[in-house]
Parts: sequence; C-alpha cells; structure tokens
Amino acid sequence: MAILSTPRSAVQLASKGTPVREHVFRTALIASLVVALVFMVALLSYVFVEGWPRLDSRLWENMPSVRNPDIAGAQSAITGTLWVISLTGLFTLPTGIAAAIYLEEYADKTRWYNRVIELNIQNLAGIPSIVYGILGLGIIARTLGLGFSVITASLTLGLLVLPIVIIASREAIRAVPPSIREGSLALGATQWQTISRQVLPASIPGIATGSILALSRAIGEAAPLLMLGAVSFIRFNPDGIFASYTVLPIQIFNWISQSREGFHVLAAAAIVVLLVILLLMNSVAIWLRNRYQKRW
Amino acid sequence: MPGTPQSLARSRPRYGEQVIKAVLMVAALLSVATTVGIVVSLLEPTISFFGEISAVEFFTSTEWGPLFEPPHYGVLPLVSATLITTGIAIVVAVPLGLGAAIYLSEYAKPKVRKFFKPMLEVLAGIPTVVFGFFALTFVTPLLRSIMPFEIEIFNALCAGLVVGFMIIPIVASLSEDAMAAVPNGLREGSYALGASKMTTSLRVVLPAAFSGIVAAVILAISRGVGETMIVFIAGGGQPNFSVDIGKAMQTMAAFIAQAGSGDVPVGTTEYNTIFAVGSLLFVMTFAMNFVSVRLVRRFREVYE
Repeated sequence: MAILSTPRSAVQLASKGTPVREHVFRTALIASLVVALVFMVALLSYVFVEGWPRLDSRLWENMPSVRNPDIAGAQSAITGTLWVISLTGLFTLPTGIAAAIYLEEYADKTRWYNRVIELNIQNLAGIPSIVYGILGLGIIARTLGLGFSVITASLTLGLLVLPIVIIASREAIRAVPPSIREGSLALGATQWQTISRQVLPASIPGIATGSILALSRAIGEAAPLLMLGAVSFIRFNPDGIFASYTVLPIQIFNWISQSREGFHVLAAAAIVVLLVILLLMNSVAIWLRNRYQKRW
Repeated sequence: MPGTPQSLARSRPRYGEQVIKAVLMVAALLSVATTVGIVVSLLEPTISFFGEISAVEFFTSTEWGPLFEPPHYGVLPLVSATLITTGIAIVVAVPLGLGAAIYLSEYAKPKVRKFFKPMLEVLAGIPTVVFGFFALTFVTPLLRSIMPFEIEIFNALCAGLVVGFMIIPIVASLSEDAMAAVPNGLREGSYALGASKMTTSLRVVLPAAFSGIVAAVILAISRGVGETMIVFIAGGGQPNFSVDIGKAMQTMAAFIAQAGSGDVPVGTTEYNTIFAVGSLLFVMTFAMNFVSVRLVRRFREVYE
C-alpha cells in the first residue's frame, strides 16, 4: 500500500505495457500545455522585437505627440501611472486588510449578514472591469463630483482590486495557526492586541504578496479608465490628485489606434516598459513569499 | 451573566476594542456598498432609457446604431457578437486549459508542476491591452495569410481566439485545484481495479472534480463575456448582426468602452444607452459568477 500511495509509482504501475492511446492521450495533454506556453512566448518575444528600435530614453523623456512618432514619448503616462497606482494602494490596501481582519477574526460566520458580505466579495471579483468604469463614471466622477481626475481613477481601480486584496489577505490571516492566538489570549491580551501584535506580523508576507499582485492587476487595467477621461493625449505630468492624467495602458491603446506604423513600434516599446514593471513587481512578490514563508 | 463577580467575562466593557471592531466592519461593508453603487449607477439611467425606448425594440430589433441618424436601439447584434467571440474563446480555452490541468494534476511530477503552474499564471498577469496589440498586429495578419476564407482587419475570429488564450489560465488553474482536491484513495481504487492512467483521469478524477471544473468554465465564460480591450482593439467597433466570424463585430463591452470614451452629452438617450447595455452585461456576468461561486462551494464541501 505504501508503494501505491505515491503518484510516481502509480504512474509506473499504470503505464506498464500501455496501449497506443495512453501515449496519445498523454502527448495531447502535454501539447495543450505547450500550445498555451508557446502563445505566451510568441506574444512576449513579438512585443520585444517589435518595440526594440524605440526602447531608448526618448520613451520616458519626451511627451506624447500625435504628429510625430519619432519624437513622441510616454513621460506623462509613466508619471500618471505612478500617481494613480500609489493612490490606489493608499486607498485599497488599508481597506482591504481591515475587511479581511474583520471577516477572519471578528465575523460570526453563522450570521446572515457576514455570509452576504462574503458571497458579495466573491461575486465582485468576477464583475467585468468595464462595469467598474460605469461605477466610476456614475458615482465617483459625477455624483461625488470628482470629475475626470487622478483621484477618480485611483478610487475606481481601488474598488476594482479590493476583492483581490481581501481574498489574499484572508488566506494569509487564516494560515496563522490558532495556537498563536490562544497563547496570546491566555496571557491576557485583548483581541485587538492579539491581532495587531501576533496575527498581523505573522501574516504580513502573505498579505504583501497578494497586495502586490492586486496592484499589478490595477497597473495593467485600461478598460474602466477609458470611461474616466484618460483618453486624449496628455502633454503634461499630473500635479495633484485633481489633475487630468493618462496612464501607460491607455497611452498604449492610443498608439495602437493610430494607423501609422511608427506608433505601433512605440506601442510595443511602451508595452515592454509596462511588462518590465509588472515582472519586477511579480518577482518581488515571489521573493517575499519565499523569503518570509513560515512553517509552523 | 455579565457583571456578576463569578463571571470570567470582563466587568468593564473595552470601548476601544468595540471601536476597532466597528471600523473593521465598515471596511468590510464597503464591498457591499460597491455592489449597491454599481446597481444604483446602472439603474437610474437604465430606467430613463426604457422610458424612451421600448424594451421590445431593445431586445428584438436586429439593428444597432444609437449614434446614427435615425438611431436604432436593437441590442441583438451586440449580444450575438459577444456570444460568438466568447464561443470561439471557449472552444480554445476549455480543451487546452483542461488538458493542461489534467497533465499538471495527474501526470506531472511535483517539480514540473511547481514550474509550469506559475508560468501559466504569468499569462494571466499580462494586461489585456497587450493581448489586444498582439491580436491586431500579429494574430490577424497570420490568420489572414493562412485561413481559406475572407478575414477583415478587424474580425471576431482573432478577437475570440486571443480572448481564449487569455482565459486558459483561469480554466487550467481552477480545474487543477479541483482535481488536486480529489482524494488519492479514489485513484488508488481505480488502479487496483486494473484501470490505466488515462481511464483513471477521465473516468474517475474528472467526474469527481466535475462541479469544480464546471465552475472554472463558467467563470472563464463570464470573463470572456466581460472582456473589453481585446475585443475593442481586435474585433472592431462595427455592430454587425451576422455569424461571419471573418467580419468586424462589436461586443457589449466594446460598445460601452467606445461610447463611454466619446463625448456623448450627459442625460441624452445615447448616454443612457451605455448604462442599459451595462446593466445587461452586469446581469449576465453576475448570474454566471453566482452559479460558479456556488458550485465551487458545494464541491469543496464534498471532500473536506
């Protein structure tokens, strides 16, 4: 029985003298994985090769131009992305982590309202991002009167990735074993003391990983911002939270929509910049997870 | 019995703790407020839209052109385009995603799985505007040179294909989770009866993980229905009630993006149209997410 319980020996036992269809099936399975990965590699290398001629300092030193692809850059889009994403983080991370703490540590799961909150968060995670654009347009830009500004974009993206932050933070908090909490409570600590001094420090790596992944989703998001005024060519850097703005994905979309070839090269170059930013963020997330992962 | 000397409960309430709990709860309630906000922002303009345009025309007319003169308000071309592109995407994503999932869960050694699963997740992290660029400048020219039928520069086929590749990680990752949750005892029982690896995967593991897999596919469909940038960039902005996948089409999400990024005057019927289509999109995806979340839950309870 001990031999059978490991999958590897199971493979060996099962594949002894196997008919052709077994091999065909296995090959088909590997092929489907390979096709997906080949598509990804093709996408990445195509973008890189296409954008290579324009991957130079013009990209971040110059402002966008509608007329001349040779002198056009993406400076306002890069600074706009930094503005929008830092505000998004500032808004969504404390809120998301607070909500996760409530749901994991305080909420009585037999109460209907807590179950509604939970189900609601799962459903929110699947709502199309363009619908969040409608929310931003209707509520944040018009009803709250914040207009087409950096703050509207940040709040909209913040709400968009909030479910991701909450779900990731909940998992990190849940991974802290109950014995830690019981030990702290037994020593007379209050519930909040237990959470803030024991549970949160222990779950920070997991929360940080999830937060970075959520923010990298927000950085690449374009659809809702199309509806929030980030469309025209912006030739200045934002100077405050109520300023007009553009972000990298929108700038890329703008260049794709131009018919001239030079703008497509520019779009590819800007995509490489965007992908490098995302890759860096992902590596930090993976590094954090590996560096601080605790075994209890 | 609070307050009695024998009670272990605190005799003096800690107000600080109560305040903290309330603040945390407000944060959690913000997510409910988001849903309410979405419904409210959709509802009011949608109601005034149907005050002017009859629901019968909206749901049965096959001509869509709210910005034309005279305007037409039949949503069917948008719905059919959405279903066609999503259909193509599912034809791509389900076999490939499921194949990859079975391989990773049943065949791959742990080391191989540890390497390839995050690789697939990289695909999920690529911004959709990048997929759109790749679709328009690489996939479409490729399709035009190899396909035997006429393909326009903007077409539903390319948009659907690329959306399909975008949602492969959703299908693969969630199905793999579902299959990994199937207890080993079932596999061992199957092998003990002399079943092969393929039979075990297809007849034992797959049915056992079925509700999880269905949930993954529904979630992928919902993602495909709501996907905006790829279909906007590669599918074109032309409402087209047709099944010719070589032609340009406009999906619901692409219409919202197009009309929402233009200068439509607030309060007009054209403006309200954005919200009417948005409501339809919201209702469709919300229903699918709801079913998917429920299925995942039910399937989780079976083996815990």
